[in-house]
Amino acid sequence: MDISRRDLFITGGKILMVASVGATLEQITGAEPAPDKYKMADHWWGMIIDVGKCIGCGNCVRACSNENDVPEGYFRTWVERYQVAEGEENLRVDSPKGAIDGFPPSSNEALKSFFIPKLCNHCVDSPCVQVCPVGATFDSPDGVVMVDESYCLGCRYCVQACPYGCRYLHPEKNTVDKCTLCYHRITQGLTTACCENCPTGARQLVDFKNPKDPVHEFLRQNKVQVLKPYMATKAKVYYKDLDGSVR
Amino acid sequence: MIAGVDGFMYPNEVELQWSVLIVLYPYITGLVAGAFILASLERVFKVEAVRPTYRLALLTALAFLLVAPLPLQLHLGHPERSFEMYLTPHRSSAMAMFGFVYLWYLTVVLLLEIWLEFRADIVRLSQTTTGLTKIVYRALTLGSQNVSPAARALDDKVGFAITVIGIPSAFLLHGYVGFIFGSIKANPWWSTPLMPIVFLFSAMVSGIAVVMLLYMAAMKVKRRPIDMNCVDTIAKYLFYTFVIDFTLEMLDLIHRTYEADESFRSLDFMVHTRLMVSQIIVQIVLGTLIPLALLAMNQLWTFAEKTRRLMYAVAGGLTMIGIFAMRWNVVIGGQLFSKSFLGYTSYKLDLVTREGLLPAIALMLLPFAIFFVLIKLLPPWAEEPTH
Repeated sequence: MDISRRDLFITGGKILMVASVGATLEQITGAEPAPDKYKMADHWWGMIIDVGKCIGCGNCVRACSNENDVPEGYFRTWVERYQVAEGEENLRVDSPKGAIDGFPPSSNEALKSFFIPKLCNHCVDSPCVQVCPVGATFDSPDGVVMVDESYCLGCRYCVQACPYGCRYLHPEKNTVDKCTLCYHRITQGLTTACCENCPTGARQLVDFKNPKDPVHEFLRQNKVQVLKPYMATKAKVYYKDLDGSVR
Repeated sequence: MIAGVDGFMYPNEVELQWSVLIVLYPYITGLVAGAFILASLERVFKVEAVRPTYRLALLTALAFLLVAPLPLQLHLGHPERSFEMYLTPHRSSAMAMFGFVYLWYLTVVLLLEIWLEFRADIVRLSQTTTGLTKIVYRALTLGSQNVSPAARALDDKVGFAITVIGIPSAFLLHGYVGFIFGSIKANPWWSTPLMPIVFLFSAMVSGIAVVMLLYMAAMKVKRRPIDMNCVDTIAKYLFYTFVIDFTLEMLDLIHRTYEADESFRSLDFMVHTRLMVSQIIVQIVLGTLIPLALLAMNQLWTFAEKTRRLMYAVAGGLTMIGIFAMRWNVVIGGQLFSKSFLGYTSYKLDLVTREGLLPAIALMLLPFAIFFVLIKLLPPWAEEPTH
C-alpha cells in the first residue's frame, strides 16, 4: 500500500488527537500510575486503639457502614460506652445502634466513663477460622481474617465461635460478614475507613512487619492489652489503657 | 432499648443464629443413636428379653437418620453449597466431619445391618408378591436370592460384626454432635468436656424411650399382646441410663456452681429467669424427676400389668419431652446470654418461616411417616408368633 505524505499527516494527526484526549481524561479522572504491586508477605496487619482518645462520636461506625455497605442493624465495628462505679456491681454498658449516631448524654455523671471501639480482632489463632466446615473463613497471608462469600454455607458456626461478637449473617447475601480491615483499601496503600474518619486518632491501622510503623514505638511506650486475653486467640487489636471491666 | 433485650448485648448478638431447627438436629440424631444402641443390646449383648424390639429399633433408627440432615439443610444460608463439606472439608472444623460420620453410619452400619437382617424376608416377599411390590422387593434383594442356611449363617455373622462396629459408631455419631457444642470455648454454656458424654447418654435415654413407646403403640394398633417381659427389661435399661444421664448433668451443674467462674452469675440468672420454664420445670421436673420416679418405682415394687403399661407410657412420653427440652436449653439457652455476660436476648419462634414452628413440626412428624412406610415395607413382626 502506498502512503502519501498527505495521508501520513492526516493519520498522524488523528493518533495525536486520540492520545491527547486520553491524556486529558486521565488528568480529569485523577488516575494515578499503578502503585508498586502489593506483596502480602511484606505485611502483617493489626490495629491499635487509644481508649483515652475515643470520644464516642460514632464517626468510625458511620464510615465503616458507608464504605462497606454494612446492612442496617449489623456492625463490622461499633463503639461501647462503659460507665463504671466502684466494684462491678453497677457496671453499665450501652451501645445504641452500635453508636452509629454517637451516644445520648449520660445521666450518670459521677461514674467513671469511657468508650471502647470494637471490631474484629483479626486473631492469629482465630476460633472462627478453626470451626468453619469448608474453610470459607480464612487467614490471609498478611494477617487479615476474611470470609469468601462465594463459598460460605451460612451455617453460622463461626458466629458462635467468635468470643467478641464480631460476626453476623448478611441478611441479603445469606453468608457471614465481618470486618475485613478494609482490605480493598489497605492493599492500595490507604488506611481503613474507620481510622481515616476518626477525628482524634484513637484508632490506627498498623503493619507489624513494617519496621518504620509507629506501632513498634507505641507498644514500647505503652501498657497495652487485648480483649479477653484468656481466650488465647492472639488478637491483633491492641488497646492502650484498657480497663479491667471491659468485656 | 431493643425489644426482647435486657442489659447489654454486643450489637450483633441480639439476633439468635441457631434456631429451633438446630434443636431438632441433636434431638433426632440422639434418637437414632439411642435406638441403635437398644438394638445392639439384643444382638451383641444377648439380652434376649428385648428381642421383640430389635427390628423395630433398627427401623426407628433408620427413619430418624434419614431426616437428621434435613433441619441442617433447611437452616443453611446457602443449602446448595452443603456438598462442599464433602468435597473440601476443613480438617480443623468439628462440624466438617458430620457428613462423613453421617454417611458412614447410614450406609456402613444401618442400611447394611437392616438389609442383612431382613434379607430372607425380602427374598420371600419378592417370590410371593406380584406387580409393582414384587419389583420393589426384587430390587431390594440386590440380586441375591440365596437364603440357604449357610448363606443365612454368613448374614448373621456379618450382621453381628456390623453391630459390633455400630456401637462405637453410634457413640461417635452422637458424642460427636455433643463435641460440636462442647468445643466452643467462646460459649461457657456449651464449653465443657462433659458435653459429648452428656449428649450420648441423653441420646440413649431418648432412643430407648422412643422404641419402647413405638413398640407399645404398634402392639396396640396391631391388637397384639405386649410382651411385658420385654417392656419391663427396656424400662429397666431406660432407668439405668437415665440415672447415669441425670448424674452427669447434675455433676456439670454442681461443678459450675462450685467453681462459679466469671460466667456463672450470668448463666445462673438466665436459668432462673429465661430458662425457668424450659429447664427447671420441663426438663428437670417433668422430663427427668417424674419419669425417673415412675421407673424407679417399678424397680422397687411390682405393679399390675395395666398399671405398668400406663406408667411406662407416661414415663416414656415425659422422657421424650424432657430430652427435647434439654436440647432446647443447650442450643437456644446457649444464645440467650451475651458473651459479655452483661445482658440477655430473647428467642422469637416464628410460625411459617423457613426456620419456624411449622417446618419444625413437619420435620418431627416426617420420621414417623417414614417409619410407617418402613414397617409396611419390611414388617418387623414377620417372624413373630401370632397370639
